[in-house]
Amino acid sequence: MTTRELTYVKAFNEGMHQIMAEDPDVFLIGEDVAGYGGVFHMFDGLLDEFGERRVKDTPIAEQAIIGLGVGAAARGLRPVCDLMFMDFVGVAMDQIFNQAAKMKYMFGGAVSVPLTITTAGGAGMSAAAQHSQSLEAWLAHVPGLKVALPATPHDAKGLIVGAIRDDNPTIVVLQKKMLGVKGPVPEELYSIPFGQATIAREGSDATIVAIARMLPEALKAADALAADGISVEVIDPRTVQPLDTDTIVTSVRKTNRVLIVHEAVQFGGIGAEISAQVQEQAFDYLDAPVARLAAPFAPVPYAPVLENAYVPDAARIEQAVRRLLERG
Amino acid sequence: MTTSTDVEVTPATRELVLDLHRRMVRIRRFEESSGKLVETGEMPGFLHLYVGQEAVAAGVMSVLTDADQITSTHRGHGHAIAKGAEFRPMFAELYAKTTGYCKGRGGSMHIVDTSRGMLGANAIVGGGIPIAIGAAFASQYRDDGTVAVSFFGDGATNIGAFHESVNMAAVWNLPCIFVIENNGYAEFTSQERHMKLTDIAERASSYGIPGVIVDGMDALAVRQVALEAVERAKRGEGPTLIEAKTYRFFDHQGIKGMRIPYRDAAEVEAWKSRDAIRLIETIGVERGLATAEEFAAIWAEVEADIQDGIDFARTSPDPDPADILDDVYTA
Repeated sequence: MTTRELTYVKAFNEGMHQIMAEDPDVFLIGEDVAGYGGVFHMFDGLLDEFGERRVKDTPIAEQAIIGLGVGAAARGLRPVCDLMFMDFVGVAMDQIFNQAAKMKYMFGGAVSVPLTITTAGGAGMSAAAQHSQSLEAWLAHVPGLKVALPATPHDAKGLIVGAIRDDNPTIVVLQKKMLGVKGPVPEELYSIPFGQATIAREGSDATIVAIARMLPEALKAADALAADGISVEVIDPRTVQPLDTDTIVTSVRKTNRVLIVHEAVQFGGIGAEISAQVQEQAFDYLDAPVARLAAPFAPVPYAPVLENAYVPDAARIEQAVRRLLERG
Repeated sequence: MTTSTDVEVTPATRELVLDLHRRMVRIRRFEESSGKLVETGEMPGFLHLYVGQEAVAAGVMSVLTDADQITSTHRGHGHAIAKGAEFRPMFAELYAKTTGYCKGRGGSMHIVDTSRGMLGANAIVGGGIPIAIGAAFASQYRDDGTVAVSFFGDGATNIGAFHESVNMAAVWNLPCIFVIENNGYAEFTSQERHMKLTDIAERASSYGIPGVIVDGMDALAVRQVALEAVERAKRGEGPTLIEAKTYRFFDHQGIKGMRIPYRDAAEVEAWKSRDAIRLIETIGVERGLATAEEFAAIWAEVEADIQDGIDFARTSPDPDPADILDDVYTA
């Protein structure tokens, strides 16, 4: 398998090209996904390669975009419906959580909905309160949905392919701030199944569970801590629904301390669920209370100085790990 | 905008009249029976009954095949039955049994029968409209000659998803037919209190598509406009918005409730005097297409089917709580 360096967005784009070449039932719709290639160029070149039948610009109509995907998926196609910014999930929520998520169950298994929703989440671009949110906990709370948050170029490609091959409604949340980040990506088509965390760095003194863009920040913090002889294990769940609790619990049983980091607000965030599962399954192994580092309970602010204070970073992760180690 | 009288009418035949009659009687008797079974407490849940509106489902469905797709509403039994759904799994679903269309998971508002192109009732008002354009998109994508029809009420035309979906279907020429069953009420709120329009078909002009008004108590007239719309869709000319003016004889939910003063008795009686089933029986006999005995035989045949369906549901097994996580996901 040949591997080379690609940016996050190019890796995602390559995954789209390859899966669409493989499966003629895959099509893409969304606002400016065809002619413009998506506002982040996630979909560059797809119109040229696959034509207007399979790559279509839509009116600005998020409910119809997702609903069309639901209906086409129920008939056996594999739609990819783009929502541009994760905040727009709210505009289309009925079709996502009342329709797509529930059809399989409430119809007694009669219908599968192999729908993929792509969107871009996360702060860090002074895009303010309606273009910066991290709403994965909303989606992960709904039975029937699956939610992926790729944090590397490798996973951006593998998870979009995995999502499209999955027979369930999936949401792939790209990280706006990571689009230009480079990393090793295999040339071939490959797929990452949902529900498999990765151990991004092995360690023994504490575990950091880092969601999405917090992964590179956590790895930076781990480097800094290593200079002081502190060995940190960093886990990237990759998908928060399903959540690979086993990998997290196994790590915590080894390190006895855990910090969960995400840039969504802390209250009711996915960290709360991870924390609860850790204490249910590894309570006797804990040398300190489960710690969380996440955004304050406020909308994402515009001013860079505020936004920087809002989103956790490597320095604050490092401090949080040091506090964790002071306990017990 | 056109009305049904502008369209050249295909002659009613004996087969057609009996077919429409059978579909309507099946709906009527299913609804009356299930309404009573809920009232007596034998069945759980609550029902939005289709009685009064039968001509709309029967007329439209008479021009569709099993391969054509429909999406339905919270008042969806009539659409399912007219599309060919069977009484046994329908009653079993209302009785919350494993033999039901949804294995007892969905109930009245989620009846589905994919083998007949019934993509599901929907408990969110207007929720099925975007799904229908997706079904129509699949028809266009595969170029398989099928169409999709979305049924919804006057109230649903006020939600954003209606506008988004009709517009997108129009701009992409999707083979989708939008059927407004205008029964004059969004739940308990009358049309003049929820919109300025009298004829909702006028909304079609916003999307650059034909809007057609039809008498929703006349199954033959409904069939005619549906036929036109389906042919237009199959020619690749895109969607049609059909407004069928109709009425529900029962309450928003259940049978009773006529005493609630949101509509007056004279209005209800005036619409009941235009009962779609009586109308087609009259047409059939007056034009010499069918006899009163033939219509009576259909009522009797349906009655036997109803009893068979209820017996089947009563004796079917309950779902097992051990299976509660089945079908949340496709493995």
